Amino acid sequence: MNEMKSPDLALIRRHPKPADPFVHVDDLKVRFVSREATVKAVNGVSFDLAKGEVLCVIGESGSGKSVMMRSLLRLHPKKRSVIEGTMMVGEHNITEVNEKTMGELRGSTISMIFQEPMTALDPLYTIGHQIAETVMRHEKLDRDAAWKRALELLELVRVPSPERRLKAYPHELSGGLRQRAMIAVALSCRPSLLLADEPTTALDASVQIQVLVLLRKLQRDMGMSMIFVTHDLGVAAQIADKVAVMYAGRIIEYGEARDVLVNPQHPYTKAMLASTIKDQRRGAPLEAIAGTPPDLRALPDGCSFAPRCKYAGPDCAVTMPPPVTDARGHMARCFKVGTTNGLLAFDPHIVEPA
Amino acid sequence: MSDIPANLIPIPATQAAPSQRVRSYWGSVWNRLRYDYVTLFCLALIILIVLSAVFAPWLAPMDPDKSSMANRLRPIFHPKYFLGTDEQGRDLLSRMLYGGRVSLLMGIMPVVLATTIGGLFGVVAGYYGGKVNMVIMRTMDVFFAFPSVLLAVAISGSLGGGITNQMLTLTVVLIPPLCRVAETATSQVRTMDFVDAARASGASTASIISTHVLINILSPVLVYASTLVSVSIILASGLSFLGLGVSPPTADWGLMLSTLRQSIYVEPLVTAVPGVAILITSIAFNLVSDGLRQAMDVKA
Repeated sequence: MNEMKSPDLALIRRHPKPADPFVHVDDLKVRFVSREATVKAVNGVSFDLAKGEVLCVIGESGSGKSVMMRSLLRLHPKKRSVIEGTMMVGEHNITEVNEKTMGELRGSTISMIFQEPMTALDPLYTIGHQIAETVMRHEKLDRDAAWKRALELLELVRVPSPERRLKAYPHELSGGLRQRAMIAVALSCRPSLLLADEPTTALDASVQIQVLVLLRKLQRDMGMSMIFVTHDLGVAAQIADKVAVMYAGRIIEYGEARDVLVNPQHPYTKAMLASTIKDQRRGAPLEAIAGTPPDLRALPDGCSFAPRCKYAGPDCAVTMPPPVTDARGHMARCFKVGTTNGLLAFDPHIVEPA
Repeated sequence: MSDIPANLIPIPATQAAPSQRVRSYWGSVWNRLRYDYVTLFCLALIILIVLSAVFAPWLAPMDPDKSSMANRLRPIFHPKYFLGTDEQGRDLLSRMLYGGRVSLLMGIMPVVLATTIGGLFGVVAGYYGGKVNMVIMRTMDVFFAFPSVLLAVAISGSLGGGITNQMLTLTVVLIPPLCRVAETATSQVRTMDFVDAARASGASTASIISTHVLINILSPVLVYASTLVSVSIILASGLSFLGLGVSPPTADWGLMLSTLRQSIYVEPLVTAVPGVAILITSIAFNLVSDGLRQAMDVKA
């Protein structure tokens, strides 16, 4: 944590873009269509993720983080959602593969850890059964081999007395153990991309860190790429290589974890970090961001954050600012962000283009 | 995969697993049922009735269809005829035993058929939602518009009598409510996270329905179906009573009640026998289904 507080400027070098990113998302748009309204949940998200990297997506509720992630598995109801853009995972184009291939990808190449370990396990089957089910589906193992694998997986996620826990029903386990079982299900077929949707949010604070350390360790050992959705900045600092900040369905700031979290440039990221507990004087009230997130059914044309932004000029609400990227690959979408000495620099005096 | 150092995350000693053997779902249902004496008593009663119907040919003291003009309307507890005789002098006990076969068949078979068919439609409607749901459930609503007895009489009237037609009638009458219960339960299960989780781990729709949906809707559907057994017995008796069910001389509790009612002033106790049998059987089925509801922890 200490090294993160002082970005070492000597380290700055031109970041070569990875030639062949494992995950490549380009201009992803997701909207939900119903009779009453169209909800634009994701509005043009692009990012690349190399093999073995962890991308943390942070943002407040309703900023489209979970929707973006569920699109990578195509979990949205087909009839009511429209997905546009490119999503490449390895050599698979998620937007185009047929339903059968998608079924094969789900759980084997890409798998997901859900937020609520209470409801994400079927209450009527034992833990072992649920792990073995996935193993049998993808690896065509027989029952005994699948159960043996389930036992190994429970050991892998550090569940105490795994033999007995295999035969336990979800209600007999604590939240932390259940989340570990959930992770075991997700890891059962050695995925290359692990999607974690706030996996520690529903857990006790003391268990959160254990699960987080475990996930980080497993991710490194297995060389998985991971997309980790959270709204806990502390969690993001612990686990992320890259951080993407989402607001109203767009990535408004993206970069190396330390760049974004130590040296934020977008006013929203700045305000969000200012609202967390750091080195403030005791008793001083935390700064909050005024206003509420925008209504995704009727998004303004310009920057979605403009109505809440202290620095917004009259034109911020008219056109969407283009992404500004510096030499380190740090990106922010704000008219008031320029580059000086090859680094992003926020300057409230920059006048937005008319 | 398993070469992770064992000391990565310390496991507190207090986290040792519980040592007692864990109960499965059905194990815990039985455990709750075990102390519910009313339900157990009714269950025993039902088993007794079913057994007596199944073994009627061996238990019946006389031929149920052999009439004897000399022994018409003998009173109850007559030394030769334990439950008396009917208006044609046939032994009532034998007829009750044989009649139970038809009545129980009419109580159980339509419910089994309707649970299968209605449950299938309900699961499909609940899982797919949208237009499929609309078509199936609105069709069911058409059947709901008629009172069940009226619907049964109408269908039975147009199909004609006989055991098969009566069974068909009752099945059609019982499908809509079962379909609705299955649909409600399915649409609740469908929104659960574990269904999403199963999909995220690559399960197909068919395997989600067969492994996750069916078992999770089993309790509410089973409990509701068990309440319908008594409804079905009463409806069947009603149809026979109206002459729309089995045709004489086949023994059937409803039909017996119908023919004996003319003798109500001559031998009221004998006349009451088939009615009492219908009453006891349907109450027993109702109480068992109440007990099941509690044991399976189904929210009504």
